[in-house]
Amino acid sequence: MPQETGKQYKQMLKSFLRTQGEEDLYLGQQFSRNFIEKKIAPEDVISLHKTSIEELIEDLPPEVSISFDFLIEMMIHYGLALKEHQSLIRKQEAIQMEMDIAVRMQNTLLQTATPEVQGLDIGWISKPAKQMNGDYVYFLNETSSQVCLAVADIIGKGMSAAMHMSMVKFGMDSLRYEKRSPSEVLSFINKMIEKSISDSMFVSMFYGKYDTDTATFRYASAGHEPALFYCAAEKEFKLLESKGLLLGVQEEAKYEERTVKLEVNDFVVIMTDGVSETRTENGFIEMDFIENLLCQVKSENAQAMVDYLFNELSRMQDYQLHDDFTLVILKKTK
Amino acid sequence: MCANIEMMMRINWKNRETDRGGEMNLQVEQVDKDLVHKFKIIGEIDIYTAPKLKEHLAKLEQAEGMEVELDLSEVNYMDSTGLGVFVGFYKEIKAHNAKLVIKGLNQRLYRLFEITGLNEIMEIEQIEGGEDDASV
Repeated sequence: MPQETGKQYKQMLKSFLRTQGEEDLYLGQQFSRNFIEKKIAPEDVISLHKTSIEELIEDLPPEVSISFDFLIEMMIHYGLALKEHQSLIRKQEAIQMEMDIAVRMQNTLLQTATPEVQGLDIGWISKPAKQMNGDYVYFLNETSSQVCLAVADIIGKGMSAAMHMSMVKFGMDSLRYEKRSPSEVLSFINKMIEKSISDSMFVSMFYGKYDTDTATFRYASAGHEPALFYCAAEKEFKLLESKGLLLGVQEEAKYEERTVKLEVNDFVVIMTDGVSETRTENGFIEMDFIENLLCQVKSENAQAMVDYLFNELSRMQDYQLHDDFTLVILKKTK
Repeated sequence: MCANIEMMMRINWKNRETDRGGEMNLQVEQVDKDLVHKFKIIGEIDIYTAPKLKEHLAKLEQAEGMEVELDLSEVNYMDSTGLGVFVGFYKEIKAHNAKLVIKGLNQRLYRLFEITGLNEIMEIEQIEGGEDDASV
């Protein structure tokens, strides 16, 4: 410790012993911040105090002086704990930086563009509950009259989830020009994922393909939440369910494929369980709650509908999402 | 495991690390008899309690011809992490030619196994009179 610091401390202490004023206490506080910045250990501060008091009080009883040696011993462990704490903070900062890079990479690698499709209005949102998103949306334009979309939910978070998402994306990209049906795409991605996924991991995925020439939506599901279909003529919602096992559970899996025909103003809503399993103070919301919300905005455009649902459902959770939230709406406009 | 010796274990996990403010609780009761192992799981299986359940199930020494029964009749909530534990356990059981039955599923849990297609590959049983929904 620099001699100058010792002198200043002694001066402050001397002044405080005389006045016991608030001002000296305040100065002391400022001084201690300085100590912390300079990484001066607690036992060194006591040692400084001991020297100062011995110099300030001539007839200091020797017991008092010795008692500081005892206190110094006591404080050494506090000093070690402090050092450990500081090193943890530094490590945490380093991890945080890595995470930020990973998030940026995930966003760049996995980004998707909303396709322009004649007569189909597309709106979507995918918000992570924490830093990294375990939900994934990917759009593919196979031809000008066809659009494919995948909505996937990967259990587990962080880097492993991001890696499996890349596999989903790669699987879809590699089948891009092969005109495969939704069930074939799911079987292919399942085989790919099954080989590399750890035992208690899986991916649920909904895959749909809309054809503008026939206005039909062909879909298959790998253990994913059923989508909702709104039939404007009947003013009714139907569940779009199709049987299929989660991706990554076993190598061979069959995926049922179904189709639904869309008329003008009909829409399809694909979501993850972060939407359907919204949990509020009063328990889980039911599907008819989501249907009611959708009904209120059914004449809006697809993105406005998506944004409205997100705002309402996140408000119900006090703006603290419990799970990643992903919602896609496809609406036939002409 | 010795024949005719029933062993009972009761483990209580409390986890305060929850974003829902409440105290999460998961208990597992285990009864072993010869090659039959019965587990009763009580509480919530979520991202906080799932690792403990996984750890508990992993302690079971897998043997050919073994039968494992998981009773979930007192599980009032399970998320996808919980499902992950059962998927992992199922794979291990299958690899050892053992048998797994998951029983006592309430309507909501049964639906979860149905949506995920796991009901097609696993032996699962809905709770008797399983109309009640205990998840709320």
